[in-house]
Amino acid sequence: MYQLRTYRSFVSYIDRSREYYAAHGYTKPYEWPHYDGVPFTPLKKPLTECRVGLVTTAGKPKPPGAVAAMLTQRELYAEPANPPPQRLFTDDLFWDKKATHTEDVDSFMPVNRLSEYAAAGRIGSASARFYGVPTDYSQGRTLERYAPQILEWCREDGLDAVLLSAL
Amino acid sequence: MSTVIMGSARDIVEECGVARFIFTDFPLGNPCGKPWDVAMQRSIVGMALDLLERAWMPRMTIQTPFCWDFHRFPAGKSLRQALGRRDATVDRGNGS
Repeated sequence: MYQLRTYRSFVSYIDRSREYYAAHGYTKPYEWPHYDGVPFTPLKKPLTECRVGLVTTAGKPKPPGAVAAMLTQRELYAEPANPPPQRLFTDDLFWDKKATHTEDVDSFMPVNRLSEYAAAGRIGSASARFYGVPTDYSQGRTLERYAPQILEWCREDGLDAVLLSAL
Repeated sequence: MSTVIMGSARDIVEECGVARFIFTDFPLGNPCGKPWDVAMQRSIVGMALDLLERAWMPRMTIQTPFCWDFHRFPAGKSLRQALGRRDATVDRGNGS
């Protein structure tokens, strides 16, 4: 389909969130990270020999009961990928709740799709665990706590590569 | 560690700068494909694996070819629609 547009097609979440909070009286806009230099690690062996893992920003399912659920803090976690989780907790995340849902885990953390690619030989194997990192606007905590822990778990599990899927 | 980001917020990820990025222009929540659409999910994950294998430098982005059908949501604007700036467009494809 050919169209003429005066605005870009994809949403600028940086601009729109700044405008939204400014309209609500927040005078200090959030400062998004920007790196001039970006690290890049090529695969060290053929993909067909690589073990690949998944990282999600969804949380673990909360315990039953409103009070217990409310008291449960989001935290880093590593859980078995087999059997794959039927549901993950996403209610507290800022995704488009009018347009869609997150009842299908593979729509945001493709654990079954990755297993299928492993079975088909596209990758060597899928990681025995998947990893969850809470959406946190603290760049300090993300850099100093979450990322090192995720990397440590990935190395424990012998991963060569990771797919990180952001809700 | 070799990495691929899969997401639907293009500006945030590209502003930061990542090694490899598979971008699907969907409402936030389903960056790996529509719910229950196994073929689409398999295609998007396949593209992520292709990028993992073939990228040769950082900041490489692939935009998947999938589009979201907003006409399925007549009850009101989704967040994606509310945030997207949509002026009147001229649809050349339909001859208008």
